[in-house]
Amino acid sequence: MAIIESGTEIKIDVHDHHEHEHHHEESFISKYVFSQDHKMISRQFLITGILWAIIGVLFSVLFRLQLAWPDESFPILEMLLGKWAEGGKLAPNFYYALVTMHGTIMVFFVLTAGLSGTFSNLLIPLQIGARDMASPFLNMLSYWFFFLAGMIMLVSLFISTGPADGGWTAYPPLSALPKASTGSEFGMTLWLLSMAMFVVSSLLGGLNYITTILNMRTEGMTMMRMPLTMWAFFFTAVLGVLSFPVLLSGAILLLFDRHLGTSFYLSDIYIGGQPLTNAAGELLQGGSPILFQHLFWFLGHPEVYIVILPAMGMVSHVLATNSRKPVFGYSAMVMSILAITVLAFLVWAHHMFISGLNPFIGSIFVLFTLLIAVPSAIKVFNWIGTIWRGNINFTPDTLFSIGFVSLFISGGLTGIYLGNSALDIPLHDTYFVVAHFHIVMGLAAGFGLFVGVYHWFPKLFNGRMMNNTLGYIHFWITFIGSYCIFWPMHYLGMTGVPRRYFQFSNFETFDVYSSLNVFITLAALLVFFAQFLFLINFVHSALYGKKMTTLNPYDSNSLEWTTPIEPGHGNWPGAIPSVYRGPYEYGKGGLDYVPQHVPDSQLWKKEPQNEKV
Amino acid sequence: MLTTTLGLVIIALVLLIVFQLAKTNEMIVALKGEQEAMHSSNRFNANMFLLFLIFGMIGAVWSTFHYAPLYLPMPSSEHGVWIRNMFFWTLVATVPVFFLTHIALFWYSFKYRRDGTRTAYYFPGSNKLELIWTAIPAVVMILLVYEGLRSWYKITGPAPQEATVIEATGQQFFWTIRYGGEDNKIGKKSVKLIGGDNALGLDWEDPDNHDDFVADELHLKIGQPVLVRINAIDVLHSFYLPHFRVKMDAVPGIPTQFWFTPTKTTKQMREELNNPNFNYELACAELCGQAHFSMRKVVVVDDETDFNAWKAQQQPIYVKLGLGTPKTPEKGGTGQIEQHPEGEGEQKTKTAKL
Repeated sequence: MAIIESGTEIKIDVHDHHEHEHHHEESFISKYVFSQDHKMISRQFLITGILWAIIGVLFSVLFRLQLAWPDESFPILEMLLGKWAEGGKLAPNFYYALVTMHGTIMVFFVLTAGLSGTFSNLLIPLQIGARDMASPFLNMLSYWFFFLAGMIMLVSLFISTGPADGGWTAYPPLSALPKASTGSEFGMTLWLLSMAMFVVSSLLGGLNYITTILNMRTEGMTMMRMPLTMWAFFFTAVLGVLSFPVLLSGAILLLFDRHLGTSFYLSDIYIGGQPLTNAAGELLQGGSPILFQHLFWFLGHPEVYIVILPAMGMVSHVLATNSRKPVFGYSAMVMSILAITVLAFLVWAHHMFISGLNPFIGSIFVLFTLLIAVPSAIKVFNWIGTIWRGNINFTPDTLFSIGFVSLFISGGLTGIYLGNSALDIPLHDTYFVVAHFHIVMGLAAGFGLFVGVYHWFPKLFNGRMMNNTLGYIHFWITFIGSYCIFWPMHYLGMTGVPRRYFQFSNFETFDVYSSLNVFITLAALLVFFAQFLFLINFVHSALYGKKMTTLNPYDSNSLEWTTPIEPGHGNWPGAIPSVYRGPYEYGKGGLDYVPQHVPDSQLWKKEPQNEKV
Repeated sequence: MLTTTLGLVIIALVLLIVFQLAKTNEMIVALKGEQEAMHSSNRFNANMFLLFLIFGMIGAVWSTFHYAPLYLPMPSSEHGVWIRNMFFWTLVATVPVFFLTHIALFWYSFKYRRDGTRTAYYFPGSNKLELIWTAIPAVVMILLVYEGLRSWYKITGPAPQEATVIEATGQQFFWTIRYGGEDNKIGKKSVKLIGGDNALGLDWEDPDNHDDFVADELHLKIGQPVLVRINAIDVLHSFYLPHFRVKMDAVPGIPTQFWFTPTKTTKQMREELNNPNFNYELACAELCGQAHFSMRKVVVVDDETDFNAWKAQQQPIYVKLGLGTPKTPEKGGTGQIEQHPEGEGEQKTKTAKL
C-alpha cells in the first residue's frame, strides 16, 4: 500500500486492528460457523440463499409441469412428493403449496436475505472503509435467525398436512382457518413462525447496516463520496427497518386469530358446516380481512424495493467500472433512490384496488404509484447515459447489468398499466401481473444477484475468479430464456387468464393457451438447467478458480480493492485508507481511473497503476 | 420413469461437456493473450446484443399480433370500453419508451464495446438532461393518472337509480346468485341463520326477502345497469367477469359492490365470435382454497323478451320452501341506498362508494 500516506488513521477499532496483527488462530466454530467476520457472514448468507434458490426454482418447475401438461402423469413427481402426487399427478392443494413456497422462498430467503444480506454484509465495511460492522455480534445473530427461519420453513415442507398453501401473501381468512385448507393447519403456523424469525433477522441486519454506514465511514468518506451500492444498501436497510415490524405485527395478530380465538381478521364466517364462534358461542364479528392486507402490503410493497434497490446499486457500480465512465448523474441517482424510498411507503394499497378499499383512497395510491415511475425512469436514462460513449468490457457482470436494465424497463413499463386502478380491474390477479412482477422484481433482482456474484467473486472467495466463458453461456441462456418464459404471460393476461389456477380446463375463456403454456414450461426447464452451469462454475471456481494476480482486477476506484487478496478479520492489515474523492472518477483528466484513496498530491507524481502483489 | 432418468442423465452430460469446453476456452484465452481474448469475447457479446435487439423486437411485435385473436374480445360492458381506451393510451405512452430505451441500451452496448480502439468519453452528468428526463415522464404520468382516475371515479361511482340489484355470495367453491325480486331489494341475511334449507341464512322476518330468488345462471338484461352486491361467507373470493371487465373481491364481513351495464347479448357474442358454443363466464379471481380454479358459473345476457321470459320462471325461495307468499311488492324500488345486509353502520364506511 505504497500510496497510502494517511497520517489520520484509526478513528475506530484500534483493538481489532491490534488483534489482527497478532494473527491468532481461530477455531473452526468461530471461523466458519458462529463467525463475526462480515465477510464470512456474507458467504453464509450467499450459500444459504443459493441453496434456497435451488429449492424455490425447482418448485416453480414442478408446478409449471402441471400447467403445461395437466393431463400427463409424471412418475418422478410421485417419487419425489409421495402422497402429494399420487399417480404422478400433483394434488391441487399441493400445487398451491408449491406456489406459496416458491413465492415465500424466492422473495424472502433468496432475494432479500440472499441478495441484500450477502452484499450488504460483504460490501458495506469494505467500501466505506471499516474493519467490520458496527455490531459484529448482532450481525452474526442476523444470519442465525435467518438460518432458523429457513429451518422452520424446511420442516413445514415435511409435515403430514403439508406446508402453507394460501399464497405468499397469506391472506386471511383462508390462512386463518384450518378448516379452509390443509395448508392452513400446522403448515401455516410454521410459516408464520418462520416469518417472525425472518423479520428479527432482517431487523438485526438492517440496524447494523444503517449504523455502520452512518458512523463508521473512513476519513474523507463523506456520504456523497460513497459508491452507489452503499446508498442502495443504506436505503434498503431503512426500508426494511421501517416496514418489516409491520409484517411482524400482522403475523402476530394472525397467530392470535388462529390460536387464541381473537377476530382481528375474522367476521361473519360460516365454515365446516357451522358459523365461526368464540368460546362463548357468539358469532365472531367486527374483524377485517382487509386490515391484514394493509399490514401485509405495508411491508410487501417496500419489500419489492428492498429486493430491487441493492441490485440497482450494484448495477450502477458495475456499469460505471466496466464502461470506464462515471455513473451518469451521481447525485440524481442518489436522489432517485431517496425518492423511491419515500414513495415506496406510499403505494402499498395499489395491491388492493379491488379488495373493497374505498375508491377514493385507491385514487391517492394511483397518483403515488405512477409517480414512482419518475425516479425509476431517471435511473434507466442514467444507466443508458453511463454506457453511452463508454469503453465497455463485457465481463459476465456487465452482461447481467445490461440484462438487468432491459428487464427493469420491460417490467417497469407494465407497472404503469397495473398502477392505474381502472386498468387494474381487468388485469388484477391475471398472468399480466405474474409477468410484471417476475420481470421487474424477480428476474431483475436475480440478475442483480448474478452481477454481485460475478463481480465480487474474488472478494468472496480469496481472490479466485469465475470462468468467464461459462458466465457468457449462462447469461445468454438465462436472458433469452427468461424473456421466453415471462413475455408470453402478458398475452395470457390480456385474455384475462387468472393466476393461481391449478388448471384452465374448467373455463372456455381461459383454456385457449395450451401450446403457449407448453412453450413457457420448456423455456422454464431450459433456464432451470442452465443455472447448473452457474452452480458448477461457482463451486469449481471457489475451490480451484484462477487466482487474481493484481489487487484490483477491474481497475476499480472503490476501497474494497485496496484490501489484501485474502483479507483477515479487520480487512486492512495496516491503517484504513483515507478517501480523497468520489467513487466514479473514471476517465477524468485523461486518467483511466483514480482510486478513492489516492490524494491529489499523488496524481502529480505518477499515474495510478495496479500494484503487483 | 426410465425416460425421466435418461433425460436427466443426458442433461447432466451436456452440462459437463459445456463446462469442459468452457474450461478449455479459458486455457486458449491464456494462450492468445488476455487483451486479444477480451476483445474477441467483447465482439461476440456486442454482436449478440445487437441480434437480441433485432430478433427481440421482431419477436415481440410478431407474437403480440399472432396471439391477438386469443385476447378477450371487445368489452361487453359500457365501462369496459373506457378501460380499453385507457389501455390504448397507456400503450401509446409506453410502447415508444420501450422501443427507444431498448434500442439505445443495446445499440450503445454494441457500438461502445471495448476493442482497443477507443477511450471512454468523460461525461459525469448533465443537469439539463436530468431535468428533461424528469419532467417528461412526470407530465406523462400526471396525464395518465388524470385519465385513469376519470374512468375510475365513473366506474366506482354510485349506480344509477334504476339498476337491477343482484347479490353474489362466494363460498368454497361456488357462487350463489340472488336477485332482489319484484321489489328489487335484497333482504337481510346472517351467517347465524344458515342451516337446513336456508343456505344463505336469509332472515324471513324481513319482508324484502320474501320475493328474492336464487338462479343457477347469472342472467342479465342488455342495456340494463346491474348492481352486484358482493360478499363471501368463508374466505376471500373475487367476483370476476372477464368479458365485462368486472372484478371485485368478496370479503366475509365487509360488503362490496360493482355496477355495470351489459351491452352485448350472448347471442350477439356468438355471432360476433362465430362460435355457437360461446358463453360468458363468472370465475373466482382470489385464491380461496384447493378448488379455486373451478368456481364457474355461466352468465347469460338476454334481450328484453328472453330476460322477462326467464324471470317469469323463477320462483322466490320463500315460496319454494313453502313459507308463504310474498306480499304485493312496491314496484320501482331503487334497492341500493337503503340496502343494509350487514347492519347500517358498516354500510356507509365500508362499501365501495363515493
